[in-house]
Amino acid sequence: MDFVQIFSLTITQAVGVTALIYLFAAIGLNVQFGYTGLLNFGQVAFVAAGAYAVGVIVLTFDLGLWLAVVVGVVVSTLLALLLGIPTLRLRADYLAIVTIAASELLRLLVRSIAFKDVFGGAQGLNGKLGQEFHDLNPLPADFTLPVLTWSRQDLWVVIVGWSLALLFTLLVWGLVRSPWGRVVKGIREDEDAVVSLGKNVFVYKMQALIIGGGIAAFGGILWAVAKQSVQPDTFQPDFTFFVYTILLLGGAARVFGPIAGTIIFWFLLAGFGELLSSLINNGYIEFLTPTDVGSIRFMLMGLGLMLLMIFRPQGIFGDRRELALDAR
Amino acid sequence: MPAKTDHMATGHAAAVEALRDVPQVPGAPKPDPVVIADHVSRQFGGLKAVDVAHVEIQRGAITALIGPNGAGKTTLFNLLTGFDKPDTGTWTFNDKSVAGTAPHRLARMGMVRTFQLTKALSRMSVIDNMLLGAHGQSGERVLNALVPFTWRGQERANRERAMVLLERFNLHEKIDDFAGSLSGGQRKLLEMARALMVGPEIVMLDEPMAGVNPALTQSLLGHIKNIREEGTTVLFVEHDMDMVHDISDWVIVMAQGQVIAEGPPDAVMKNPQVIEAYLGSRHGSALTDDGTSLTADSQGGNA
Repeated sequence: MDFVQIFSLTITQAVGVTALIYLFAAIGLNVQFGYTGLLNFGQVAFVAAGAYAVGVIVLTFDLGLWLAVVVGVVVSTLLALLLGIPTLRLRADYLAIVTIAASELLRLLVRSIAFKDVFGGAQGLNGKLGQEFHDLNPLPADFTLPVLTWSRQDLWVVIVGWSLALLFTLLVWGLVRSPWGRVVKGIREDEDAVVSLGKNVFVYKMQALIIGGGIAAFGGILWAVAKQSVQPDTFQPDFTFFVYTILLLGGAARVFGPIAGTIIFWFLLAGFGELLSSLINNGYIEFLTPTDVGSIRFMLMGLGLMLLMIFRPQGIFGDRRELALDAR
Repeated sequence: MPAKTDHMATGHAAAVEALRDVPQVPGAPKPDPVVIADHVSRQFGGLKAVDVAHVEIQRGAITALIGPNGAGKTTLFNLLTGFDKPDTGTWTFNDKSVAGTAPHRLARMGMVRTFQLTKALSRMSVIDNMLLGAHGQSGERVLNALVPFTWRGQERANRERAMVLLERFNLHEKIDDFAGSLSGGQRKLLEMARALMVGPEIVMLDEPMAGVNPALTQSLLGHIKNIREEGTTVLFVEHDMDMVHDISDWVIVMAQGQVIAEGPPDAVMKNPQVIEAYLGSRHGSALTDDGTSLTADSQGGNA
């Protein structure tokens, strides 16, 4: 058993490219759900919007990555308006239903044969996405890290991704400690009370949806750039539920909740996987085959989450006192 | 701050004086109405929850809205404050038609309400609850929010104002506590203080005394009287006749969605229609045998 290798692979995934994608989605969801109380069950749609903006602008229309970034933000804003205008005046659960339906609708739309020329159908869009970004890579060509196993290209994505993630975290911190943040937290607690104090609740909810969606879209942009591929079936509803898991794990309505949640989630998931694979390959476990690992690590993950919810329901950064108030 | 009217005097004596010659009939015209409602109705399925032909609320007075359960008091509150949309009707606030105005706009115009089930924002501190009531904080706009120096000064001024109110409502030692950790009565006080933070011209209190212990009730009554003494109009829904008697300058009685009686508390409580509405239509019918004709009269009385 090579524990150094297990650890290295685990860490690489815990703070790696895929983890970053979930982190962006979680930072956005923290604004929407954690602070404003919007039950957005279609966060994956905003990620998809960002990823497909890159795919379509760069591959289908050959217009370059930087325009794609702008288009990604614009499309996610439009998506937020489209989802929000009919539902944000209604009770919270309507938004939940509409967003989960819309995210599936969007996925089926981009994988449909009718729009294959634009979105690439079920195969998605694969090719040189984000060349402009990778051209900017300042790392020397033969660069390698000790222990960690990122390629030069992935490391560049990870560096920029984490910088952006910290920037967005700072943005959220600035927003939620301001009077604006006070209003959205009030909306989460009781919408009618905030209305009775003269605030236009609809506008605040819309702003939160747009900001959270925009941050998630950057996850999609990163996805397309890092993996050089955009595939419709990666944007399934379960993505959104993993993002919720991450958020609750770290602690909703905590500025650093998404970061802690993402790292723990991916550390555990990858750690279980690598450890189990290693045990099987070395003959310590004989009743399992390496192909079982994928599903078993999710079972172990589920068990871990259950234990967390029982012993620390407020998440890593949460305040148990706050949680107790809900019951009153 | 509460908008002062240009009256010579405010408070109890002035209100009683102003209302002295008002006829004691449903829909009576008031000398200086702040709210006038006409033909406001709201139907829930087959039930006409509110059907008010005409009602006026006197400025600077404490007006009680009473009536048996299901009389439509809270529904009328919801309609007047824009939280619910009526099927028919118009109403004015300060002589301006406000039917169809969004509830948050009405609040900004000075018509502020509280709720029957207290809505303390539990997972926010007492002081944050209060600061949420302040008007025109530019940091509440999303772009300004990221530039603290543009709103810090306002925040400080609002905080000072909030502290004065909290001290008055005896919550000043709890400013950093979660609102959810307060007792039921303290939450009622906080909700009232928060409503005043908006700087209302009229506060509409939906059962402010519900579920509050007798000792705190006295202090709540004192606070409501103080609000009037400062020139703010108070309209409140209440069940307890003793309390209504104690603090109101004028009483409006609703039953089955309609205004059935109006008058000063003493007169209203002796009114046979009111007694009938509260105790049932058979009450006293053996003596007068006019239990049914009285309800018909009330509709004729609407001017």
